Amino acid sequence: MNVPEDLKYTREHEWVLVEGKTATVGITDYAQSELGDIVYLEFPAVGERVRMNEPAGEIEAVKTAAELFAPISGEVLEVNETLPEEPERVNRDPYGEGWMFKLSIEDPSELEELLGAADYKSLIEESRHA
Amino acid sequence: MSHETGETSRTALYERHVRAGAKMVPFAGWQMPIQYTSILEEHAAVRERAGLFDVSHMGEIVLTGPRREEEADRLTTARISDREPGEVQYAVLPNDRGGIVDDILVYKLEDEVMIVVNAANREKDLRWILERCGGRAAVTDRSLEISQVAVQGKRARAIFARVAEPDLLRLSYYRATRGKVAGVPAIVSRTGYTGEFGYELYVPWAEGPRVWDALLEAGRSEGIAPVGLGARDSLRLEMRYCLYGNDIDETTDPYEAGIGWVVRKKETDYVGKEALAAARKGGARRKLAAFRLGPRDIPRPGYEILHKGRKVGVVTSGGFSPTLRAGIALGYLEAAADEENGFAVRIRDREAEARRQKGAFVASSVKEEGEEEA
Repeated sequence: MNVPEDLKYTREHEWVLVEGKTATVGITDYAQSELGDIVYLEFPAVGERVRMNEPAGEIEAVKTAAELFAPISGEVLEVNETLPEEPERVNRDPYGEGWMFKLSIEDPSELEELLGAADYKSLIEESRHA
Repeated sequence: MSHETGETSRTALYERHVRAGAKMVPFAGWQMPIQYTSILEEHAAVRERAGLFDVSHMGEIVLTGPRREEEADRLTTARISDREPGEVQYAVLPNDRGGIVDDILVYKLEDEVMIVVNAANREKDLRWILERCGGRAAVTDRSLEISQVAVQGKRARAIFARVAEPDLLRLSYYRATRGKVAGVPAIVSRTGYTGEFGYELYVPWAEGPRVWDALLEAGRSEGIAPVGLGARDSLRLEMRYCLYGNDIDETTDPYEAGIGWVVRKKETDYVGKEALAAARKGGARRKLAAFRLGPRDIPRPGYEILHKGRKVGVVTSGGFSPTLRAGIALGYLEAAADEENGFAVRIRDREAEARRQKGAFVASSVKEEGEEEA
């Protein structure tokens, strides 16, 4: 399972890429693999404010539906507008063209609560053997 | 024999699935492939070309002895004793209240009656049959002696022709016979759970891999793909085939489930006869209805069905139709709400418009052009 070293992770299987005051958010390779074929996504709109660990969207896969959680608090700056037409991008390239939205980082201390790659790897190892 | 791994068993094809990279999940006591690559791709392979399924988790309960056919007629809604050998009937094991203990296939073979049951119900069905059979037929659970492999799709015939004895190609829909496939003795059945032309093959447990490999090899040039339980479910839902435990169970009768035709007219007595006659005459209290939703409205089991804002039922099977690229659902409606229009399914905080679907969501292709009704 691919877990890039330069990203931060949540226990709900989102990833966060921090670049200055902006955080890009998506779901992990493990999450897309567990969900299977994604057919529809629902995000907050640009300008909306999301709060850390609160629901920030829905992911519908063929087999199941899952909630997307905001990994940190902030204002939505941009959403990946290609995903409604091509949700399979999330399955194909979860860390690249499958990115979901960008947030302004409101409180940098929230980032400290996210997991590093090593800890996230152990988390998914545990869930795979649970 | 199956290899017990704590709580779940492995089919004879387990190693094949793992080697093919399948995602394995526990299902009805078995480790089964839910998907190999993608449910959407596997679904499309079956609709457009051909798919290969390991359905060895299904149970086979065999009745033997001179009165086996009368006994099958007495325990199920099938009617086989006055039919020709080779006939297959979709039927149910009814209970005394007209409910469904299981939905089954009943095979009238030359020397035995084979009842194919759902994996999750195998032990229950076996007990049910043994308790009611009273020695009138010998009952044997052969589930762990038989591997079942299905090949389904428009190219299934061409693929099957490369590995089967030529006579087997003459089988018509819902007929079965014994013959050799890839050199392996098999019960060959023109049946399936996908709505496509195809065969279901019952072979000795240990020969499962040989038949599997032969069909994959023969189908390579036709674009065959191994298909997991995920696409098996989306394929059957597009055809509106019921799934036991979702759409039918011991509290639903065949009439309200829309499969009243499985109750064959019989002069002889059978389990549930009175209750089923009453259910037929009484008119259904509720009705299993089908709905088509929008491309972004994906109904899931348990979601509420609304009619003009009022809750009138619950989704029993639902999901995304890969063929229609839209949400589809089955669910029971209370009789008073059996209307044409005005339906919605509650998806989280919104009401998604749901149109009543008459007939299957996708046209059936189980027969070849010009083939007679079985």
